[in-house]
Amino acid sequence: MARMKFLCDAERCIECNGCVTACKNEHEVPWGVNRRRVVTLNDGLPGEKSISVACMHCSDAPCMAVCPVDCFYKTSEGVVLHDKDLCIGCGYCFYACPFGAPQFPQDGAFGMRGKMDKCTFCAGGPEADGSPEEFKKYGRNRLSEGKLPACAEMCSTKALLGGDADVVADIYRNRVLKRGKGAEVWGWGTAYGKPEKGATPPAGAKS
Amino acid sequence: MKKLVVAATIGSLALVTAGCGEKQPVTVYKQGQYQGKPDGRPWENDQFKGDKTAWEKSIKARNGGQNENTRATN
Repeated sequence: MARMKFLCDAERCIECNGCVTACKNEHEVPWGVNRRRVVTLNDGLPGEKSISVACMHCSDAPCMAVCPVDCFYKTSEGVVLHDKDLCIGCGYCFYACPFGAPQFPQDGAFGMRGKMDKCTFCAGGPEADGSPEEFKKYGRNRLSEGKLPACAEMCSTKALLGGDADVVADIYRNRVLKRGKGAEVWGWGTAYGKPEKGATPPAGAKS
Repeated sequence: MKKLVVAATIGSLALVTAGCGEKQPVTVYKQGQYQGKPDGRPWENDQFKGDKTAWEKSIKARNGGQNENTRATN
């Protein structure tokens, strides 16, 4: 099993916020904490693009690097998780994260910052799988049920893909080649240019 | 005079070798050790009973379900 990753197809995302709702509902995330959100570029203008953003479960996660109490760990499936019992809510991970994934509940007195909360790829945390303690701290553990993240499985246009990085990349590659648009962008060959026997590169493709 | 030459030699040697002790400007990240509780594998539960293959099969089926091009022909 390769690494688990998310991929959002901006050509397909219709900004319905179904992924955000699915995440909120699945994990009963408190008010003010947004593990996933939809970002729209050039909102209201022709050609606007939306993309669903959450923790990208980086291969070399900066949050892990800066955490002063080393509460982060990476599972064998490449999911970046953390132990809330160790987290001190300092916010270093928020500053380090390029996606703004770490969230901090502010339900205490004087706007006190709580322990960090973020997307778990629906993989729970270090508590026993499927236990009430795990659900309370990290939400539902769908991965241990043999399921993929609720946001990706719920996506109506299948803009948001989640799962084994190789499979997800394959789905996206085939989709782009079928629709004949997207393979001309810079970096396509590096990211998706899988060399296939007898296959000819798409017209205008660059490496 | 001799002292001056010795001092100049030592000084120039120090200047020449100063670069050798320079540290790499790029920080080499050494991943810290995780301090929290150990986590189990996703297939080590009542549902899969440690059967990794069954778990991978389930994930693979769900993964493939996201591809509507193949789903239509199934």
